[in-house]
Amino acid sequence: MLTLIGILIVVAGFAARLNPLLVVTVAGLATGLASGLGPIEVVTAFGKAFTESRYVAIVWLVLPVIGLLERAGLKERARTVIAGIPAATTGRVLAIYFAVRQISAALGLISLGGHAQMVRPLVAPMAEGAAENQYGPLPLAIRRRIRAHSAAVDNIAVFFGEDIFIAIGSILLIKGFLEQNGIRVEPAQLALWAIPTAIAAWVIHNVRLVLLDRSLRRDLMAKTKGDA
Amino acid sequence: MITLEHVYWIMGLLSGGVAIVNVRDRSNPKRYNNAAFWGLYAITFLVGSRLPHFATGCIVIAMVLVASIGKLGQGAGESQTAQQRDASAARWGNRLFIPALTIPAVTVLGTFLFKGATLNGVPLVDQKQITSISLGIATVVALIVAMIMLRPPLSAPIHEARRLWDSVGWAAVLPQMLASLGALFAVAGVGKVVAGLAERWIPLDSPFVAVVTYTVGMALFTMIMGNAFAAFPVMTAGIGLPLIMTRFGGNVTIMAAVGMLSGFCGTLMTPMAANYNIVPTALLELPDEYAVIKAQIPTALLLLTVNTLIMYSFVYRH
Repeated sequence: MLTLIGILIVVAGFAARLNPLLVVTVAGLATGLASGLGPIEVVTAFGKAFTESRYVAIVWLVLPVIGLLERAGLKERARTVIAGIPAATTGRVLAIYFAVRQISAALGLISLGGHAQMVRPLVAPMAEGAAENQYGPLPLAIRRRIRAHSAAVDNIAVFFGEDIFIAIGSILLIKGFLEQNGIRVEPAQLALWAIPTAIAAWVIHNVRLVLLDRSLRRDLMAKTKGDA
Repeated sequence: MITLEHVYWIMGLLSGGVAIVNVRDRSNPKRYNNAAFWGLYAITFLVGSRLPHFATGCIVIAMVLVASIGKLGQGAGESQTAQQRDASAARWGNRLFIPALTIPAVTVLGTFLFKGATLNGVPLVDQKQITSISLGIATVVALIVAMIMLRPPLSAPIHEARRLWDSVGWAAVLPQMLASLGALFAVAGVGKVVAGLAERWIPLDSPFVAVVTYTVGMALFTMIMGNAFAAFPVMTAGIGLPLIMTRFGGNVTIMAAVGMLSGFCGTLMTPMAANYNIVPTALLELPDEYAVIKAQIPTALLLLTVNTLIMYSFVYRH
C-alpha cells in the first residue's frame, strides 16, 4: 500500500496547484523510497529514467524556425488567408483540421500536426481569424476559448486516428503484450476494431464544433449589441 | 550512423544557447534563474549519455528547485512590432508557409527514405528511432530554408527560440519528468497494487460489469499514469484476460483494441499527460493550465461511453 504514496502526492499536489515539476519529483522520490530503495539509488533511478526519456523533448527543436516565422508575420498571414474565405467559421476551420489530422494519422502520418508546429503558428490563428472575420475584434476570454479548442482538436483527432494504422506504437504494444501471454492477434484486426471508435470520435467532436460556433455567435452577438 | 545522440547534441546547443541569451538579457528580472535552468538542461543533452545517472538525477533535482523555489521569469516580449510583422506578412504572403510545412513534409519523407537505407553496409539512421531522428533533421532543414528565404540576423533563431521557450517555461520539461515518474512507478510495482485493489473491491460477476470495469479502469488508470501504454498491461492482465476473455469467453482482439482506445479517453482528461494537455496551454498563452482538458472532457466522457457500448455489444458475440 505504501507504494501508492506517489499517486497520493500527485493528486494532492495537482489539486493544490503546486508547481507540477516539484510535485512530480517529490512523488517519484517518495515512490522509490517507499519501495525500499536507498536515497542514492532513488536519485540514480530518477536520473536514469530522465536520461532515457529525453526523446520526449525533441519536439522543442521546432522552436527556432517557428519563432523565426512568427517574427516574419506567419500568424498574421494565417489570419489574412482565412479573412479571404467568407464561409470560414471557427468551427468549420477546426472541423477541417480535425479531418485532415485524423485521416493522416490513420495513414500513419502522425507527425503532420502537433501543438508547437501546427496549432500555435497556424491552426489557432486561423480559428481566431475566422471568428474575427464574422464578429470583429474578439474579447480575450473568447480568444482563449478558441485556442483551447484548437489544441483539443489536435489531440482528439490524432488519438482516434492513429490506431487505424497497423504499425503504430499502441497496436505493436497490444500485439507484443498478448504474445507474452501466449495469445496471437492480427494487427490488421486490431486496427479494424479501431474504426468504430474513430467514427464515433469524428461524429461527437464535429457536433461539438457546431455547438461551439453557436455559442460563439450567441456570446459575440450579445457583445456587439451591448456595444451599440 | 545518425543516432538519437546527434539529435540530443542539437538539443543541447539549443538549450545552452537559450541559457546564454538569458544571462545577457537585463530586461528579465529572473535572468540568472532562467540561465541556470536551461544551462543545466543543456548538460543533460550534451553529456547525459556519459554522465553517471546519479549525477543526472542531482542535475534534475537542481533544475526543479530553481524552477519551483527560485521561479523563472520572462524577458522583453516580441522583437518586432505588430506593424512590422503585418508589413512582413504582406511582403512574403503565402511563401511564409513553406518553411512551416517543410517540418512535417521532411519528417514524413524521412520516415520512408531512412527505412532500410544503408551507407557502406551500415544503416544511415538508427532504425529504431527513425521518426524522432527524422523530426530532428526536419527542424534543421526547415530552419535553413527559413534563414535563406528571410535573411534575418544570424542570432534571430536563438533569440526567437528563447522567446517561445521562456513563454512555455518549466512546462517544457514536465512531459519528460512525467515519463520518468512512470518509470519509477513501474519499478515500484504501483500498477499491480492498483489492479489488486480493483479485483478485491469490485464485484466482477457479470459480463457487463467486467466490460465496464475494464474500459473505465483503463481510462482512470491512464489518468493516474498519464499514459495508456502503462495502463494497458496492468488492466489487461488484471481484468481483461482473466475475466472478459477466460471466464466470460470474450473476443480478445476486440477487447484489446477498444480497451486501448478507452485508455486514450483517459489521456484527454489528465494533467499527467502533460505534453498533450499542459504544454499547449503554455504554448497558446492560456492562464488556466486545465483549459485544454476542460475543452476535451465532454468528448472524452461521451467516447468512453461509446467504447463501453461497442465492447459490450461485440466482444461476447462470435
